[in-house]
Amino acid sequence: MTAELVRGQNHPLPGNRLEIRVSAGTPVVAAVTLGDDQGRVSGQQGWLAHPGEPQLPGVEVPRQAAAEHRLAVDLGAMPDSVHRVHVLLALPGGRPDSATDFGAVPAPHIAVTTPEGTGIAGFTITGLSAETALLAAELYRRQGAWKIRAVGQGYAGGLQALLADQGVPEPAATAGRIHHAAERELARSVAPPAPLPAAPPRRVPAAGAAATTPAHAAGSTAASAAGGAPAHTAASAAGSTAADPATAPGGGRIDYQHPRRKAAAATAAAAATASATASGTAPAAPARPPSLPGQAQAPAPGGGQPQGADRQDPPGPPVPVAGDAAGWTMEERLHNQIWGMFEDLARTVAAYRSAEDFAQSRYDQEMDRLLADPRTRGGTAADAARDAAELKQMALVDQARAVLDRDLAQLTAEAEVVEPALPPPFAGWENPCWHAYEVPDERPLAVRLGTLSLPEAPELRIPLLARLPLNRGLWIDSADDRRVAMDTAVSIAARLLASHPAGGFAVHALDPAGSGAQALAPLQAGGALVLPPPSSGVAGVNEVLGRLTERVDLLQMAMRAGAPDALPPGFDTAEQLLIVNEFPYAFDDRTVNQLRYLADEGPAAGVHLLLVADREDAAAYGPVLDPLWRSLLRLTPLPSDHLADPWVGHAWTYEPSPVPPGSRVLTQVLRRLAAARPAYGP
Amino acid sequence: MTVNMTKGQKISLSKADGGSLTAVRMGLGWQAAPRRGLFGSRTREIDLDASAVLFADKQPVDVVFFRHLTSDDGSVRHTGDNLVGGAGQGGDDESILVDLARVPVHVDQIVFTVNSFTGQSFAEVQNAFCRLVDETNGQELARYTLTGGGSYTAQIMAKVQRGSGGWTMTAIGTPANGRTFQDLMPAILPSL
Repeated sequence: MTAELVRGQNHPLPGNRLEIRVSAGTPVVAAVTLGDDQGRVSGQQGWLAHPGEPQLPGVEVPRQAAAEHRLAVDLGAMPDSVHRVHVLLALPGGRPDSATDFGAVPAPHIAVTTPEGTGIAGFTITGLSAETALLAAELYRRQGAWKIRAVGQGYAGGLQALLADQGVPEPAATAGRIHHAAERELARSVAPPAPLPAAPPRRVPAAGAAATTPAHAAGSTAASAAGGAPAHTAASAAGSTAADPATAPGGGRIDYQHPRRKAAAATAAAAATASATASGTAPAAPARPPSLPGQAQAPAPGGGQPQGADRQDPPGPPVPVAGDAAGWTMEERLHNQIWGMFEDLARTVAAYRSAEDFAQSRYDQEMDRLLADPRTRGGTAADAARDAAELKQMALVDQARAVLDRDLAQLTAEAEVVEPALPPPFAGWENPCWHAYEVPDERPLAVRLGTLSLPEAPELRIPLLARLPLNRGLWIDSADDRRVAMDTAVSIAARLLASHPAGGFAVHALDPAGSGAQALAPLQAGGALVLPPPSSGVAGVNEVLGRLTERVDLLQMAMRAGAPDALPPGFDTAEQLLIVNEFPYAFDDRTVNQLRYLADEGPAAGVHLLLVADREDAAAYGPVLDPLWRSLLRLTPLPSDHLADPWVGHAWTYEPSPVPPGSRVLTQVLRRLAAARPAYGP
Repeated sequence: MTVNMTKGQKISLSKADGGSLTAVRMGLGWQAAPRRGLFGSRTREIDLDASAVLFADKQPVDVVFFRHLTSDDGSVRHTGDNLVGGAGQGGDDESILVDLARVPVHVDQIVFTVNSFTGQSFAEVQNAFCRLVDETNGQELARYTLTGGGSYTAQIMAKVQRGSGGWTMTAIGTPANGRTFQDLMPAILPSL
């Protein structure tokens, strides 16, 4: 199984013979440097493989720039003094159609495979902007075994800055040679493939990028021009020079080091400073840990915020990274991370509330004691005692508040990193990843039903993720606003549809009075989505419920008999979602019982309920329906605090994830889904 | 470095390098004593339970025991109930993890207790101990031996206390009788 790495993560390599596959959306030059145990590239020959000198013992790189590379590596053939192998990528330049920086091209992807092509690890280098050269990955020797580390360190100063950082002597001249060699081969190089339709690169906002990279760019402008580097490199570097170089400490390089690797980062920064000073290409910068990776990586506007000196003291809270949880896949890690944030927020707030309650009760007790005794009830002594008690209470509450604020700040920082990294099923409709939506091949772990928040931190919203397949039905309470309730139901249904592979999920709608037709329209937009038309009237209700009940019966019989193969031919294996609008209108006793049956037995047989109803409307049924309501997860179209967490039982304010007003993302997603959907139904 | 604590002994939990502890674990381990008599090799199962009571200003505000494994604030966690004790030697059979940095500000004392849920006295338990471990590096800070505890069914082991310069630990070692921590409350209060 291929491990998908995140920046800074490492992964053991099973053997010495490997293939490194690079795929970028644009031609790139690949080069390899070999480093000693200090990570420095020594001055002697044979430590740098590039298009001009493509072969070294144990490694060979392509002679030309291309969008796809395969680098054969034999770690067993490396000299013993080699402890690190760096894989470098650079944009070639010199060609009119080539990209000017990595921010303008799809995120490069690196895959390490065995020579037979079995995947070992993969790494997508995201979050790039003005960089023109990359230290993509590092193979390193650790206690006799080789491992790969996903680095993804970009350099706005281009290959020359990258080589200088590695300690290569005469970086400018070497970079010039590499570019020259790549240009020589240009005539023979293949045309770049059409840009990938999906996965647009996540970019750091330009302002943030300019603020984090200028010093390096400034330092390298003159040198890269002198070294004969392609004009665009100088141009892009000059563009960033406009920003004040003094604002970026630590050599101004964007640092993507894993935050847990503080020591390594500090050494790297010191090395960078030393090499920069030695080669005289960059202003000497104070040796200090490089910039916070969370800030450089996060697409949030905080990208360029100044680095505080407080980063120096080690006990500060760790910088959050997305996917910082256990799991086999990035999706699972993000899911677990969100649950971790959910629990942490619940518990932090519980701690605050209990401290506050305790402060209040202690104050009350002290006041009672004062008032109970006639001698202390009045007079100046009583006032002083009262003031003291009040001060004590306030001091404790302030202390608790400070701890809460600290925890909330940490969770907010984590949310800011996690939220943009979420895949579509976990993300709100406003997340740009929905615009790059593609019909999935398999069902995700969970879908987002909305967000949860607590009054102590109303702006900190935790996504409410429901595991798939749903194990209970959903009930959208329409007591407040029927139309909004129906819209919420449709957005949830669309999300469920979009989260399943084509043909894996079918939606039925019961709209006996026809009042939900307008809200349901997006699901049938232009006939694009093949959906059975909403059934209306009593006959429609009878027909649909009869069909779904029969389906549950059949599946249960087949499962109990251990004969899932015996299902009738043409049996639709898709999960079914039944939207019921205005329950219990047009329902009779028999169909109500069928619905209860579906609510109880349906989830196990792949039939799910999405009721849009006001409980008052069904009051005539009396307590008979109480179990039905209890079995459904109640969601509200408007924020409401009715959901409890499983740890301490706070009342959380649920808010649905609406489609942003005016956004066409829902229609687009459904259209793409409809295009991928096989012909369905009669 | 392990301190074998005696009753009433106080140790500071701040580290030698000046930093104070951030996470400690109270571990409890025991083995059932073989019964004398006709079937001398037969042992009876003994269920000891570790509990932690959180106090604020001498009022109990939260408790972590086998029915409430995590304090509401998440700072104190019980890793799970062990009903029979250790088959072998040495290891902890029940653990309570305390994340001292996350303990709510009003909680100033945490008292650790051990009860015999099945009613046997400590005389019937072998190799019983309670220890406090620095969870960040696994180093044992203090150990308290329970064996030979006489005909008691409970013991108030130790407390960690918030002071001006961080947390300190005090060995209490008061024997008591009771099935769960509730029975011990009268015995705990004098030692706060």
